[in-house]
This record gives sequence, C-alpha cells and structure tokens, in this order.
Amino acid sequence: MKKSTKTLFNIIAVSIILAILIFLEMNKRKFSYDISIIERSMIYAVAAVAMNLTNGFTGLFSLGQAGFMAIGAYTVALLTIPVEARAGVFYVTGMNEFLSKIELPFIPALLLGGLFAAILAGLIGIPVLRLKSDYLAIATLGFSEIIRSIIASPQLNMITNGSYGLKKIPRFSSIFVPIALCCLCILIIVLLINSSYGRAFKAIREDETAAEAMGINLFKHKLTSFMISSFFTGVAGGLLASYMGTIDSGTFKITLTYDILLIVVLGGMGSVTGSILGSFLVTAGREWLRFFDQPLKVGSWQVPLFRTGFRMVVFSVLLMVVVLFYSKGLMGSKEFSWEGLVRFFKNLFTRKQKLNGGVSNGK
Amino acid sequence: MSLATFLQHCLTGISLGGAYALIAIGYTMVYGILRLINFAHGDLFMIAGYLMIFTLADFPWYIAIPIVLIGTVVIGIVIERLAYKPLRSAPRMSIMISAIGVSLLLQNLATYLFTALPRGYPEIPYLKRIFQFGTLSASFVTFLTPILTMVLVFLMVMMINKTKIGMAMRAVSKDYETAEIMGIKINSVVSFTFAIGSLLAAIGSILYFTDRMSVNPFSGSLPGLKCFVAAVLGGIGSIPGAMIGGFILGIGETFLVALGFSTFSDAFTFILLIVMLLVKPTGLFGEKATEKV
Repeated sequence: MKKSTKTLFNIIAVSIILAILIFLEMNKRKFSYDISIIERSMIYAVAAVAMNLTNGFTGLFSLGQAGFMAIGAYTVALLTIPVEARAGVFYVTGMNEFLSKIELPFIPALLLGGLFAAILAGLIGIPVLRLKSDYLAIATLGFSEIIRSIIASPQLNMITNGSYGLKKIPRFSSIFVPIALCCLCILIIVLLINSSYGRAFKAIREDETAAEAMGINLFKHKLTSFMISSFFTGVAGGLLASYMGTIDSGTFKITLTYDILLIVVLGGMGSVTGSILGSFLVTAGREWLRFFDQPLKVGSWQVPLFRTGFRMVVFSVLLMVVVLFYSKGLMGSKEFSWEGLVRFFKNLFTRKQKLNGGVSNGK
Repeated sequence: MSLATFLQHCLTGISLGGAYALIAIGYTMVYGILRLINFAHGDLFMIAGYLMIFTLADFPWYIAIPIVLIGTVVIGIVIERLAYKPLRSAPRMSIMISAIGVSLLLQNLATYLFTALPRGYPEIPYLKRIFQFGTLSASFVTFLTPILTMVLVFLMVMMINKTKIGMAMRAVSKDYETAEIMGIKINSVVSFTFAIGSLLAAIGSILYFTDRMSVNPFSGSLPGLKCFVAAVLGGIGSIPGAMIGGFILGIGETFLVALGFSTFSDAFTFILLIVMLLVKPTGLFGEKATEKV
C-alpha cells in the first residue's frame, strides 16, 4: 500500500472518529450512556497500555496497577474537590488544616498524581525489581494491597477520609477532555516504545542475559519502565476519579488490576493497539452482555439460567476461552495497520472460497 | 494486656494459623511441581465452604464431611485438567493468567448461584462445644485445628519422603523433562498433587469457616493470597515451612487486630512477604534456588 493512501485512510479514520465525538457531544443528554462507556474504555486503555509497557514490552510481570491508580485518583480528588465542598465531604473528622486550603486545576493535579505514583514506584522498584517473574507479581500485588489498606485506615481519616471515600470530585466538562488526555498519554508511551529505550526494553524481555551482554543496564532500564508505566497508571487513576466523581478504597481492589490484566491479555501482550481494542471490547462487552441478567421468555417458555449474575459468568467463561485457545490475544504482538486489515478481510474471503471449493470437490 | 487475654489471643491466632497452614500446603505443593501460583486455590476453598452449607442441609455431619472432601477434590482435579493442562508447554505467564481467570470464574459463578450476600455456615456438632480452662475459654475447633494441622503435615512429609508417588512428585519438581523420560506419568502426578491440595483446602475450609460463621463469594480471595504468602515465608516447596508460615501469619494477624490495627492486618501480611523476599528469598526452610538460564 502506498504511503499517500495510508495517510488518506488515517485522515478519514480520524475525521470519522472526531465527527462521532462531536455528534455525541452535541447530543449529550441522549447519549450519556454511550459517552460514559467510551470515556471508561479510554481511561482503561491508558492503564492497559501502561501495563503493557512493563508486562508486554519489558517482560516484568507487575500486578500493582490498582495501587498506583489509587494514588493518582486520591491525589486528583484531594486537590480538585472545591474548597467550599470539603467540609461536606469530610463530615466525620474534618480535613487536615494544611491540605484543606490547597486547590489546583485538573491538569496540574493529574500530573502531580502521576508524579506521586512514579516516585512511589521508584521507591518500591529499587528493592522489588530484583525479584523474578511470579515473585515480582505477588510482591507488587502485595504493595497495591498495602496502599489500599493505608488509604482505608482510620489513622488517615484527616487526609483520605478513611473508609468513607471522597465525593464531589469535579467531573469532565466535555467528552473531549478525557479523550484528548488519554490519546496524548498513549501517544507518549508509543513514542517511548519506538525510541532506543523501547528497543532496550524489548531486548530485556527477549533475553536478560543477552541484553546485559549488549551493554544494557538491566536495573536502570527495568526501573525506568516501571516508573514510567506507574506514572501513566497514576494518570489513568486520576482520570478515573474525575470520571466517577466518587471514589473510596474499595474501588481499587485487586479486581481492578485483574480487569486491566485481562484487557492486556485479550488485546495481546506487546501490542498497544491490541490493548486499546481490548479495553473497548471488555468495557463495552460487559454492557452488551447485560441482557443475560434479565429473565428471557421465548414464547411461553421461560429460558432457564437468565438471571442476575449470569452476565459475569458468561463473561469469565469467554475470557477463559480466549486465554486457553487464543493465548496470543486478538493482536498477538502485532500492531494495527491498514495492510493488516485488508489482509484480514482478504483471508476471510479466500477462506470462504476455499471452503466452497472443498464442498464442490466432495460432490 | 493481661496474661489471660494474651493467652486467649495466642489460642485464636494458632487456630487461624492452622487453617492458613492447610491452605498454604496446597499452594506450596502446586508451586513446587508446576511453578504456578494457583490463584484459584483460595476460591476453591470458598467453594468448599458453600458445598458444606448445602450438604449439611440434607445429610448428617458424618456423611456430609466426606461428600465435601470428595467434591472439592473432584473440582480441583477438573480445574487442573481444563484450565492448566492445555497450557503445560505455554509460557509461565499464560498459565498464571489462566489461574487468575479461573479464580474470577469461580467467584462469578458463586455470586450467580448463591448471590453475593453472605450465607451462614452451619454448625457441625462437637466442633463448637466450648471448653473452659480457668479464665480461658475456647471451642473444640480451636484446639482441633493446630493438632489436625500438625498430624496432616506429618502425614504429608511421610508421604513425600517414603512412598513411591511422593518420590515421583519430588522427581517432577526437580526436573520436569528428565522425570518424564524416566517413565513418570506427569499428568497423573500433577492431578494427584491437585487432589491432595484440594483435600487440604477442604479440611481447612471446614475449620476456618466454623470459626467465621459465614461464607460469601469473595471470602476466599484474600485468605488465598495470604496463604500463598505463608507458603513463601516458609519457603516454597517445603511443607513444614508452609505450616510455620501459616502459624506466623495467623498469630501476627490476630495480635494486630487485638491491638486495634485491624485495617493494617492485611498490609502486615504483605509487608512480611516483601521483607522476607528481600532478606531471604528462599524462605525459612526453602531449598537453595537453582536458577536456570
């Protein structure tokens, strides 16, 4: 495919997406449900791409996502809740004197949230990154649980409002704010992956010993990857706080990490576009499968099994099927390209032809 | 804290630790053989709790307990066959993700079948009888748990060291491929390991839930993770180590709750884990790791 045709395709795709977004923004009331799905998908996509940076590209199996998201979310929430509203939020113990006067606009708060997450990741990473695969996983999982229980502890009531959670976090003013921020985050990660750092990360993933022999400082690169990933995970957490408007420590349970992990696996470890696709599929899939939760009648026959909770069972079975039979995920470690799309449709078509041919030969 | 309350907390801690130890053994055995953190093990423990609720509703306890034990073992083996066996030659990350998937599936299935509301755990006769020693009072299960744990650990160690299947398990955990060349049926050894692990999880679940009184679909996930930590503390692959790890966690947690830091009791487990991994990554009784490049 020629470069000019590709650019044309790209421009068309971007303008279609923009047109859809503008259309949704104009009819905000009518499509609030769809808008919220798109926003959530994009936020999860940032977290998933960030996780992919450590897990898929650097080969470090880290499961601390929920903890870093919690840090980002709490930083953004604490700094952006309007000062007037704070007394109402901290109605139990009151807020810490010093903190209660600071209010920042959304973007600086978001950056600060990411920064805190990255600093903490650095502190954690120095001891923990020496561990190998599954030990690293369980240690980071442990850290995220520690962060969660510190946030929920009554000793921190003056700062995090303990187990009561935070409310009245300012929402996004329009759909463009989260989408633009998410796209920017993903773009930065992609640029990083394609830089010399990114190539070093991939070398570490393929073979640590060989990478070291080629002069790559293993520890420095692992720490860089871990910290950058945590920065963007923190940013995703901050966006999530603003998206939800209300957060508490229960939002950041291990389940959140698992959700993001499953998005990464579904999309394919080591594929950025795969993670984005996966996050839309998982988030929207949960909504599409909602009809499983309602009782269904065909004629006068009541279909068994259809009741509350069945949706999540079907969802987890589907995920197991993906894990077992398509262990490479949707995209494997490939990226989306127009050629790939064309080939995909061509293959579909030729396979059908072959099948038809096979049948006629059988006769 | 007076001596009496101190002893009382010790008793509770040892009892909790015993239940943890039984689950931790399941982790340590599976990890020793497959190098897999079986995230679904904690959820299997929760399923065993539900099984008990339903069987005890229809049968007397001496029939219900064997049914629960056998049922849990069957579920454990089925999980291994369906979710782990197809991935035997896949990278370690995929099999671990499969384990997370199974854990999610079991939780969702339990929520669907039994709703998310906690269900009362039935009382098994004799287990709840209260004994009084001066100012100390404890139910029979509190005493039974540590004793039963130690007996089971002794039996496990004997089995691993003295029997033929134990020898096969040791061989498989040392070197997978060589063991296969020597004519050991890997699949049956792995199934046997899962069977033993599930059996111990079922016993642990009876002891644990008798004290806790209720089961919900998520009551297995955190204890599950903690028990893995216990296994790491004691040294992965070592059965007595898993027992000691379980007791350390159980006692530590009980005292933290008693001192008013109940929200930190979960954090304590993981702090202990990280410190242990940094100071002595092989655990208290672990073998020296031979890292293959």
